[in-house]
Amino acid sequence: MIFKLALRRLALGVITIFVVSVLIFSVTELLPGDVATAILGQGATPEAVAEIHRELDLDHPAYVRYGRWLEGFLKGDFGNSLTTNEPVSVQLVPRLMDTLALAGLAALVAVPLAIALGLLAAIFEDRALDKIISTFSLATISVPEFFMGYLLIIILATNLQLFPSLALVEPGMGIFERVYAMALPALTLTFVVMAHMMRMTRAAVIDVLQRPYIEMARLKGIKPWRIVIQHALPNALGPIVTVVALNLAYLVVGVVVVEVVFVYPGMGQYLVDAVSKRDMPVVQACVLIFALVYVLLNLLADIVGILANPRLRHPR
Amino acid sequence: MMKAFFRALREASLSAWIGLVIVVGNALCAILAGWIAPYDPADPVGGLWEGFTAEHWLGTDQLGRDMLSRMLEGGQLTIGIALAVTALAFVIGVLGGFIAALGRGAVDQVLSRIVDALMAIPTLLFALLVLSVMGTSVPVLIVVIAILESTRVFRLARALALDLAAMDFVEVARLRGESMLWIMRREILPNTTLPLMSEFGLRFCFVVLFISTLSFLGLGIQPPAADWGGLVRENAQAINFGIAAPLIPAAAIAILTVGVNLVVDWMLARQGKAMLERPA
Repeated sequence: MIFKLALRRLALGVITIFVVSVLIFSVTELLPGDVATAILGQGATPEAVAEIHRELDLDHPAYVRYGRWLEGFLKGDFGNSLTTNEPVSVQLVPRLMDTLALAGLAALVAVPLAIALGLLAAIFEDRALDKIISTFSLATISVPEFFMGYLLIIILATNLQLFPSLALVEPGMGIFERVYAMALPALTLTFVVMAHMMRMTRAAVIDVLQRPYIEMARLKGIKPWRIVIQHALPNALGPIVTVVALNLAYLVVGVVVVEVVFVYPGMGQYLVDAVSKRDMPVVQACVLIFALVYVLLNLLADIVGILANPRLRHPR
Repeated sequence: MMKAFFRALREASLSAWIGLVIVVGNALCAILAGWIAPYDPADPVGGLWEGFTAEHWLGTDQLGRDMLSRMLEGGQLTIGIALAVTALAFVIGVLGGFIAALGRGAVDQVLSRIVDALMAIPTLLFALLVLSVMGTSVPVLIVVIAILESTRVFRLARALALDLAAMDFVEVARLRGESMLWIMRREILPNTTLPLMSEFGLRFCFVVLFISTLSFLGLGIQPPAADWGGLVRENAQAINFGIAAPLIPAAAIAILTVGVNLVVDWMLARQGKAMLERPA
């Protein structure tokens, strides 16, 4: 039963990835007329148009091109950039690593912090600490990412001079130097994703705390923190893990903006540059990778949710 | 009608009042921008990044233009475009959602699967993808964001209409031989206005954030015009000198979003109360 559900969700995930890849590929077919002239403008030289035709393989029907594009993608070959003529993979891989490092660092800080604060808010429900945590999380939800970023720069970089305002990472850097340089963007991302995680953790734990068996534990005289850690938390873990995975998926969007704020040389910055230069192969490769991460994290969230549901584990 | 409105205002909580003042203030500033701006927003009238003074309430920008005038013009752009996008998104989403709910079967399946596909990846990624092919211009921005946001409206409108479609009065109208359009306009729409209106407020906030983000990335409104997101981008360099200029437009976006949210909360609370008070 439970594996059938999980398998069905997995199959749905595979279909989603396929549909998304078709959408990303076919966006170049959106324009009436010729993509090359649309990108270059009316005054384009025939040579430049021919170059783009060759690069995007426009002389074959769409389904053939899609097959080749997907095959290349699976082999790690994303074609050549239209602006630099270098293979996209050569430019992309180091940037992808930098972005993963940034998102990973943010997740490493955000996840434990959000769960701890969510637990605290649930234990002290409706008291001062809970109100402070809730107000704070509401405030961080309603401001744009770049506001949070510049606010942190003004306070922590220019006024207190604790961190550098630009996150310049270079290849030869040691790990501590690197983490120090990434501190502010990672902190911004942490704030951006933490609020939702915190609120959902709080809601999930409060939900469990209202069950009869918690009442029973309380009547037996078990200490409040032990009730939360030993009795409530294990039962709230399923929804919490789901929420964590869903919010990590949101890092995909946050990282694009935050990289631009801090001039961090990652994939988000690369994608934004490529969009303004209308460098299609780069855009398609970046969007497909971001989309894959997003879809996979969503898939993970759902499957964990299915596996963690005790009602599904013991079929009647 | 007016009387009920004023009674509702009298009973409104403090947070609702704050929200209303923010929303009405923003709307007035956006409408009157051209008349109340103290300077021409395109004219360099001072030094670069001057602080808050009596002549320049919000200081000056990176070219010495009056920040207050730039903010008023930017607000007009941000709010105006966001309203157009939200309205278009609602026309597409509500129409699609109602058709799917009333049409059922194949129509519903096709529309719902298209929406699923569009919602499978973050809207920002989709927008970047489409803008890289179509190029950035205001009409393209409006249509692209409206289509992406309409997916959320579609889901809500479809769910609301599905509930109503099972009700007796819709069945009666259908048996009477009324057309689908008539049923949508006369039976479904009047019964969904309140939830749709609060959703309008929330969608508007998302659209403001969306457009601002795109402009901040340099892919939204193009210079010399600048919306609030564009103003953040233009003044971003100031941050390195410890000048808070980019925080002004960013804060304006945050305040507007909070204000609209407060008003929506108030509307939802009143809606809940009205449901309880309704005679059974």
